[in-house]
Amino acid sequence: MSEDATETFRSEVRTWLDENCPKEMRDGASGEDAIVWGGRNWTFTSDAQKLWLDRMAAKGWTVPTWPVEYGGAGLDRAHHKVLLDEMRKIGARVPLQSFGIWMLGPALLAFGTHEQKLQYLPPIARGKVRWCQGYSEPGAGSDLASVQTRAESDGDDYIVNGQKIWTSYADKADCIFALVRTDRDAPKHLGITFLLIDMDTPGVSTKPIRLISGKSPFCETFFDDVRVPKANVVGTENRGWDVAKHLLTHEREMISGGGQGLLGGRALGAVLNAQEGGLSDPVLRAEAMGCEIDALAVALTLERYKDQAESGGGVGDASAMLKYAGTELNKRRHELMMSAGGADALTWDGKHEGLASDWLRTKANSIEGGTSEVMLSIISRRVLGLPA
Amino acid sequence: MSTLLLTEDETMLQDAARGFLDGAAPVSHLRKLRDAGQTHDAKLWAEMAQMGWTGVLVPEEAGGSDMGHAAACVLAGELGKTLVTSPFISTAVIAATALRQVATDRARDALSAIAAGDAIYGLAVDEGRKHDPEGVELAARADGNGFRLTGTKGFVVDGGNADRLLVLAKTDAGLTLFDLPADREGITRTAQNMVDARDAATVQFDNVQATGDDVLGAVDDAMTVLKPALEAGQAALSAEMLGLSAGAFAMTVGYLKERKQFGVEIGRFQALQHRAAHLWSETEITLSAVRHAGRMLDEDPANATLAVSLAKARATQTAKLAVIEGVQMHGGIGMTDDFDMGFFMKRARVATEWLGDYGYHAAKVAAARGF
Repeated sequence: MSEDATETFRSEVRTWLDENCPKEMRDGASGEDAIVWGGRNWTFTSDAQKLWLDRMAAKGWTVPTWPVEYGGAGLDRAHHKVLLDEMRKIGARVPLQSFGIWMLGPALLAFGTHEQKLQYLPPIARGKVRWCQGYSEPGAGSDLASVQTRAESDGDDYIVNGQKIWTSYADKADCIFALVRTDRDAPKHLGITFLLIDMDTPGVSTKPIRLISGKSPFCETFFDDVRVPKANVVGTENRGWDVAKHLLTHEREMISGGGQGLLGGRALGAVLNAQEGGLSDPVLRAEAMGCEIDALAVALTLERYKDQAESGGGVGDASAMLKYAGTELNKRRHELMMSAGGADALTWDGKHEGLASDWLRTKANSIEGGTSEVMLSIISRRVLGLPA
Repeated sequence: MSTLLLTEDETMLQDAARGFLDGAAPVSHLRKLRDAGQTHDAKLWAEMAQMGWTGVLVPEEAGGSDMGHAAACVLAGELGKTLVTSPFISTAVIAATALRQVATDRARDALSAIAAGDAIYGLAVDEGRKHDPEGVELAARADGNGFRLTGTKGFVVDGGNADRLLVLAKTDAGLTLFDLPADREGITRTAQNMVDARDAATVQFDNVQATGDDVLGAVDDAMTVLKPALEAGQAALSAEMLGLSAGAFAMTVGYLKERKQFGVEIGRFQALQHRAAHLWSETEITLSAVRHAGRMLDEDPANATLAVSLAKARATQTAKLAVIEGVQMHGGIGMTDDFDMGFFMKRARVATEWLGDYGYHAAKVAAARGF
């Protein structure tokens, strides 16, 4: 993109945002109350929130890089960056976030049929349908390919039985994309199918799990003779592992800091200084400096990998490294923030919001989406070529 | 800002450099020099000049190839992989960058000499145990139209083989940078036996005469010239250290795949796999910081301090881990002088101290990030 074209687009974006972003949506808020997950049962906290989502969705800017026909705006990275820059400048809230945007969308774009894309992507882009991910099971954690939830053929349908666990926000989701076993005799990676299931189907039930952070972002999800059309298979029957792996790559990138997390985040020095007496302890100060150095270098690595993906080089299994480094870093960062906060950081309110809850939540970062140890094993085998 | 990927030209330069150095200067070349008690290979340096490497930061009108800092980092990285002994960073990077800040005929001639491979520079900045350019004590007192320099510089890298010295001295109202011939009367150089078998000297200045023409830049204002030069050197040294880390790592992973104990390759053991994977992750992350430093020096040099210090801070930590793990995973053989890993460990230690260690650069990052 030429410099001129960038600037033209920038001024168009600026004008449009100025005219269309409601004042209430310009506070840069990203806390729980500010997030819009969307879905059939979603309740907006204000009219402005709904207006903002509808206007952004109409522009295709809830999913700016998706093709226009599927609800996006078809922006390349340079244009996308301009949009994000301009939104940040006015403190515009993210209009919509969801697992549909982060995970299912990219998987459907890569593996779905044209009909599936037309059916599922626009509702994700408009925030009409909320998805959750059904991967882990009580007996299939790090060893994800051991999933046992069965889908048995019955004419044009499957009958699904089994249990998923750690399903994020399953109790609030409209639909689930799940890994189910369709061939029990095949080697474990070759008998898995990637299946889309409506949570309103009879036989689906959920139960929230309370975490040490006081919150319940995860659920157990049960399938009891659930009838699902075979048309809901993404990719090919028994080849769902390919889709799952593709999607896990996106999940790793998201957990490791996503597009903006680390780069857009406040400098740790500023965060700790803001806490009273935050950095007066030289030992803590030294640790925080080390953490900041590593955070900056990891953010640059995310940038470099994006450059590589953009140039068509692909990142592949190296995304396991970003997931490993990014999540371990986030844990370190929160340990330091707790240390700087001292006794002040040890209380929490009834809603379990604030630093203490966040700190506890980060401990899951290096578990969910593949543990740090699984990431190291992936690097060891697939990048370094060490024997299994 | 350009991307953090190598350009086509940089990739070609990297491939050419690797091809040449694998033949002309593998690690065994350093071993030969060390065993012969030498710290410089004039033939190798002349070949580097012929390929345009010594002129990598010299303008074309002065006979250079002017490829930029990112390219200089590419070369330093390849030199680091096989621990090539040469005054590349002190001369082609630091001295060339300093001389470029000055628009005099004399500076242009000096740049031409660097590009031609005819001048080796030593950097006489440090005096104490740690890099501290602001705290130098060597005095240049006014004497008629000129100066008289008295004091001692230590850890003058490439000072033993140097034709010229960049000398940082205290003047009446600040610091001043001098460009002096190494054999000027009153200068005594004592080569040190360095742990990495490379050239560093202690240099004594005993009432050494200097003229106004010997001053690089303005009197009492050394940093306008020296700061960009030091930052260029720090970036290139980070690249060298990353190259060194990659060289040590390649040996280590190779060994994990080949060495058998308990009837299997030791690379099958998860304890070692995870440590190797962690080490690889660290090198990948540091690579981004090094690339970024090179790009910043080329595209926004006035604001490159954070990027450069980030690169040097990361590179010191990564190199330390790479050589410690390198020796440990090789076991007993890693401790032997016959084996090359020790050379990597020794060079990493010296490169860590030169131009500012982890603490020095971490403090600069912290200052830039609101600590």
